[in-house]
Order: sequence, then structure tokens, then C-alpha cells
Amino acid sequence: MIDLYTRRRIANATGLTIAVMAMAFGLFWLCWILWTLLERGLPALTPMVFSQMTPPPGSSGGLLNAIFGSLMMTIGGTAIGTPIGILAGTYLAEFGQRGWLAPITRFINDILLSAPSIVIGLFVYEVYVVHVKHFSGWAGTIALAIIVIPIVIRTTENMLRLVPSTLREAAASLGAPQWKIISFVTLRAARAGIITGVMLAIARISGETAPLLFTALNNQFWSSNMDQPMANLPVVIFQFAMSPYEDWQSLAWAGALLITMSVLTLNILARVLFRQKASTY
Amino acid sequence: MSMFLHEARLKRQSIFDSLFRNLTRVAAFSVLVLLAAIIGSLVIGSMPAIHAFGFGFLTSTDWDPVNDQFGALVPIVGTLITSFIALLIAIPVSFGIALFLTELSPRVLRRPLGVAIELLAGIPSIIYGMWGLFVFAPLFADHVEPWLNEHIGVLPYIGPFFSGPPMGIGILTASIILAIMVIPFIASVMRDVFDVVPVMLKESAYGLGSTTWEVMLRIVLPYTKVGVAGGIMLGLGRALGETMAVTFVIGNAHELGKSLLNPGNSISSALANEFTEAFGELYTAALIELGLILFFITFVVLSLARYMLYKLGQREGKAA
Amino acid sequence: MNAENIVKPRVTVRDLNFYYGKAQALNNINLDITEKKVTAFIGPSGCGKSTLLRTFNRMYELYPKQKATGSIVLDGKNILDKNQDLNKLRAKVGMVFQKPTPFPMSIHDNIAFGVKLYQSLNKHDMEERVEWALRKAALWDEVKDKLTQSGMGLSGGQQQRLCIARAIAVKPEVLLLDEPTSALDPISTAHIEKLIDELKEDFTIVIVTHNMQQAARVSDYTAYMYLGDLMEFGDTSTVFTNPKRKETEDYITGRFG
Repeated sequence: MIDLYTRRRIANATGLTIAVMAMAFGLFWLCWILWTLLERGLPALTPMVFSQMTPPPGSSGGLLNAIFGSLMMTIGGTAIGTPIGILAGTYLAEFGQRGWLAPITRFINDILLSAPSIVIGLFVYEVYVVHVKHFSGWAGTIALAIIVIPIVIRTTENMLRLVPSTLREAAASLGAPQWKIISFVTLRAARAGIITGVMLAIARISGETAPLLFTALNNQFWSSNMDQPMANLPVVIFQFAMSPYEDWQSLAWAGALLITMSVLTLNILARVLFRQKASTY
Repeated sequence: MSMFLHEARLKRQSIFDSLFRNLTRVAAFSVLVLLAAIIGSLVIGSMPAIHAFGFGFLTSTDWDPVNDQFGALVPIVGTLITSFIALLIAIPVSFGIALFLTELSPRVLRRPLGVAIELLAGIPSIIYGMWGLFVFAPLFADHVEPWLNEHIGVLPYIGPFFSGPPMGIGILTASIILAIMVIPFIASVMRDVFDVVPVMLKESAYGLGSTTWEVMLRIVLPYTKVGVAGGIMLGLGRALGETMAVTFVIGNAHELGKSLLNPGNSISSALANEFTEAFGELYTAALIELGLILFFITFVVLSLARYMLYKLGQREGKAA
Repeated sequence: MNAENIVKPRVTVRDLNFYYGKAQALNNINLDITEKKVTAFIGPSGCGKSTLLRTFNRMYELYPKQKATGSIVLDGKNILDKNQDLNKLRAKVGMVFQKPTPFPMSIHDNIAFGVKLYQSLNKHDMEERVEWALRKAALWDEVKDKLTQSGMGLSGGQQQRLCIARAIAVKPEVLLLDEPTSALDPISTAHIEKLIDELKEDFTIVIVTHNMQQAARVSDYTAYMYLGDLMEFGDTSTVFTNPKRKETEDYITGRFG
């Protein structure tokens, strides 16, 4: 018969060991995935990747058109989504004390924040692609913007709420009108946090594949026309990785490494810029 | 004390004020419009399928594009099973990670480790899928699945779930990849939720001589249970809607095999694989209806998640 | 500060009641604030002294469910009137807060922010105004070489003087100080108190303080408040040395509060 105290200590030791193992388990996958990416992506990351178009099956080439397309759509999506997100987030934080609109918007926004991105793709397909009758860079941009909006709304509201109310009062005590208080004082005070949120949003959309499948689709050639189907890294990676051709697969790894590195860099930069955690889950 | 007050300027300011307020209000309102538009467009898009199959769509396992016969049961079941198994794996691991990060980690390591877990959440899902297909699935087929066949496949009752050809891709592989994906989400929500427990509450338990494990199980977990449940639901929402990580490794077979080692399908991977190649109105409509069902399920799950996290937030507000 | 100074009320408070939702926080306050003097509100925390102060510029309007009834007359107008323009009111009544509140912009822009709301000054005039305000706030010598740097980089005491400079740059008539030194060290506090003494030559000052010695040092009139009531109001020397009410005496001598 083991006495109670010993039993408690054993339970404690077991529990804590499991916790340590869980942590190790989590890090294990991170390291393994990163290692694989480096191992397979680095050899494939030749200068040609940045100078050649995506090749036809079985020949070599690069990812230039896909990188360009991804950049265009990511920039476009961010440029459209960010202002809307900041304005709506401002409403929730600064004007949202009264009325029904703010609580409902906040709730719906939190749901859109984690809604399946493939459904966003379907939505843009239904309301845009079907009507213009072809896939296009614009459609992809709209889909990405819709993903950006809830993230920016959430961080803008959170960051504005961190601004001490005395700062608002101080500006109000000078007789400043509300739009000036908000745009010159509170939004400025929350600037670093909001930029962090935008960076995390960019990180999120630059790896999004599902919503682009039905909107931008892909394009084997160079195209800077946003009104045409547009190549982009995630969809190219998807198609090339699923293909039986080794050239394509190795290009897919190069693309995967590129995307992951830029996403991780953005994530880390965002955290360095703003040490407080901006929650975006 | 002379004072210049420009009346016109003040007037203008109040016009700007209301313009600004209304601009932000319109932006906030656009979120509601967006939700309504998403639901509306999906319903309209799936009308042909709803008319053709009615509720039978939900219970039929047919998926025959050539003869225009469609049923959603296989992908629905695939979505639910993969998410369920993923959570089964992810919950205990996430709890362990959150416990480690809040109570055990040395102070210097707490932040870098926390960031590492968040980075795991930041890796695009397509990377998980690729890695699953090229690295994990072959290893799984060579080393784990034969073992499962040999040792668990022969057991009564649960045996049939674990027998079958060791192909590497299938429901079980998809579930494991999904678990690795949602672990960081659930772990970081749990960590945040554990952080709201008042320090004094924990200290008084430690003061009575409780061990760390006891403080976690008896104090922290009961105090935060609503929030923890919310975090789990949030992870479930992610898992249900996840597309790329699953599409690579689930096998894309419209059949309802008994074994978890068999290939299957999920709603999102059916969409990813078939949508752009779908021919005919009914085929497209059936796929859109799948999307509608997925949106409905995740909407319910995420609403519950938010409700629970909101409840915890309220309690925190009261305690403060 | 001379004998010919006739007592002239600058702000007249009559029958003022204040509510946070349903809870009443001020009961029938009647009070005259004298021009170019310092009036201090003292009392235990929660007594309503800050609430009273914040009715003078209607700061409570920022929050829903707070309301005031009665009258506060400034320049012959009841500022609690619905049609009182808030921005105009706040141009006349400046305020400095408990914690320093520098805006996230340069020292120069902090001062210019308020001025620009009411006047279009050219660059030269604006620079003069900024210097004037900073000199009044006894901060000029410390910051004249770094006007373009962020106001958040200053020390706590400097930040508070920056906020005072910002408030007086608008040239208000009344200056409200809400526990302006409670977040500061003793040396900075002494700076600010000296400054208050100089500022009352130009401005009518109302200060809320939880520090009775401070009230005794800087104010000409003192109001003692308790649970939303104005218990006693008069010359600071009288209130401190010869209070009419027992409660006031208890508080001042430290037996309570």
C-alpha cells in the first residue's frame, strides 16, 4: 500500500512528464516539417525559379509568373481588405457602446474569422466568376480580401481597446471632434498593433490555396492582366505536387519553401514589431 | 484672453464627425451583408440539387456524375470522422502544451516556445498536405499500418477499423495530419484561457501544498472549463473546414469503407478536387450544396465556440 | 494677488445632480468658482470630486448612461444646455488628467494639435504659440532642442507639464486639473505646484486632489466633498484651520478617510 503523499507525487510526476512530452511532440512536427522543406526545397531553389515561367509537364522551368501573381493578388487583397477592416474595427471599438450593430457584427466577424476558406472561394465563384464567365486575378483578389477583413477588424478593435481612455478624454478635453480624436490620436496610438494585425493577415493569405482554386485558378504563362486567370504559388504547388512529374514536384518544393519562409518571416517580424500578442485565431 | 472661434470651422467638424461615424458604420455593416451574401449565394447556387434530391441528398452515398446522381453522405461522414479523430489526438496534446507553457516552462523559454507553437499554426495548410503526402504517408504505410493490421486489426470489435491495405493515404492519415494542424490552435487558446485564472487562486492552492498537477486539474481546469471547451470547438471549426491538408492525403474516394485505413473523402477535398472540373448544372449545384452543408456545420460549431469563450470573458470581467 | 481683487465668480454651479445610470453620484451641488483663483476639491475616494470636475467640460458625454441635471453657468450660459456646442465649451475649459497623456506625436505637434482645432496660424505664429505654451508650463528649456521628438519619450513629470502646456496653448479660461500629481515623484510634484501658482495669474483653476497638504499649499478655496455631497466650502485657510463641520475636521486631521 503506497501512502497518499507518494501517490500524489507520482500522479504529479506523471502528469508533468506527459506535459513535457506533449510540448516535445508539438516541436517535433515543427522541426520535421521545416527540415523536410529545407531538404527538398533548397536544392530545387535555383535562380531559374525566379527567372523562368512555369513549365509544361516534364520539362524544367521556374515559378516567376506564379510568384508575380501571388504578389499581385496578396497586395491587392490586403489593399482592399485593410481599409474596410480598420474602419469596421474602429466602429466596434469607438462607436460600439450603444445599439445592436456592434455586438452582432462582432459575433459574425468572429465566425467569419475561422470560416472555411474554401467556402469563401465558392462564394466569390458564385457572385463574380459566374457573372464575368471566366476565372481571373480580380476574383482571387476579392476572395483574399474577404479573408483579410475579419482579421484586421479583430486586431483593430483589440488594439484600440488597449488605448487608455484617458488619451481619448485628453483629446476631447481640447475640444477635438471625434473623427480627429480617432484618426490622429487613438488610431495612431494603436498603430503598431494594427500593423501587426495586417502583417499577420498578409501571412495568412499568402499561403491560402483553397479560395484561389475557384477564383484565380492558374495560368501557365506570364500574365499581368488581373482580368485573366492568374498563376499563383499555392495553386501551382498544389497542381505540381499532385503530378507524377519529378520536375514539377521539385518546383513545388521550391515554391513551398518560398511560401513558408515568407509566411514565417512575416509572423516573426510582426511579433518583433509588437511584442504583445495580437490574437487572431 | 481673446479667443478665435471659427463658427464655420466648428460646423464643418460636426459634418466630418457624422461622415466619419457613418463610414465606419457602413464598414461594420458590410460584415453582416457579407455573411448574408455568402449564405444567399450558396443557397441559390445549390437550388438545382436541392430540388432534385431534397433531404435524400444528406443520406445518399451515391456520387455518380455520369448519371447525375449525387448524395452527400460519404463526404459528410468523412469530414466528421477525420475531425473527430483529429480532436481525439489534439486535445490531450494541446492540454499538455498549454500546461507546459503556463506552469512548467522556465521563464526564458516561455516566450520562444509559445512563438514556436504559434508558428506551427502559421504554416500554410498546403505545406502540411504536401508533407503528409510525400513524407508522412510513405512512412506510415511502411511502418505503422502493417503493425496496426497485425496487432489491432485482429482484435474483436475495433479490429475492422484498423485492417486493410497499407497504402499510407486514407482517413487515418488525414486525421493525423489534421491533428498536427489544429494542435497549435487549440494549444494557444488554452494557454490564453489558462492565463486568465487569477494568480491568487493558484497561489492559495499551492499554499495548501497542492502539486502543480493538482492545481491544473482541480483549480485551473474547472475555473476555465467553458473557455477550454470554446478553444476545442474553435479547433473543431478549423478541422471541419480544412481543405488542403486533407485533400493531399485522404485519397478522394467516394466510398464508405469500414476501415480507417481506406481512402475516403471530405466535403472540402471533394470541392477542391472536383469543382473546377464539374460538368453540368446538377454536378456543380451538388458541390455547392456540399459547401453550404459545410458552412452550416462550421457556423454552428463556431457559434458555440464563441459563445463559450464569451462566457469565460464575462466571468473574467466579473472577477476583475 | 492684491487687495483690490473683488471676488468675481467665473463658474456658478446650481442644484447640480449627477447620475451614473440609476446611481446618483452628486446631490444638489451649489458652488461658485472664483476667477483667477485656485479652487480645490478634496474628499475621500468615491466622494464625487472627480465627477464634479468632469461636469465642467461635460467629459461624461463620452460615456453612455451618464447624465447631469441642474445648471453650471459659464459666461452667462448654462453649459449643461443641450444646444451647448461641446467643442466650443472645451476650448474654454481645458483639462489635465491624473496620468500624463501625451499624444503619440512629436512634442511640437502635441501642442499644435489643440491650437489647430480653433485657429489657422502660419508656421511662424504657431512656433511662437508653442514656445509661449511651453514657457508657461516651465518646460521650454528642457525640450527646446527636441521639439520634433516624440512626447512619449519625456519623463513623467515632463509629460505632465507637456499636457499642461497643451491645455493652455488653446488659451482656455478655466483649467481643470484632475489629481495632476498623483502619478508623479515629489520633485516633479513640486514643479507642478509652483506652476499652478504661476498659472492662476492667467487662468481660473480647479484642482481635484487626494492630498490635503497639496490642497492647503496651492488653493485659495477648498471644497470638501463626501458621498456626493458638498459638505463644506470656503477659504482654504478657514476650511483647514477652523472647519465648520465635524466631518470636515475629522477628514482633515486624518481621523477618517
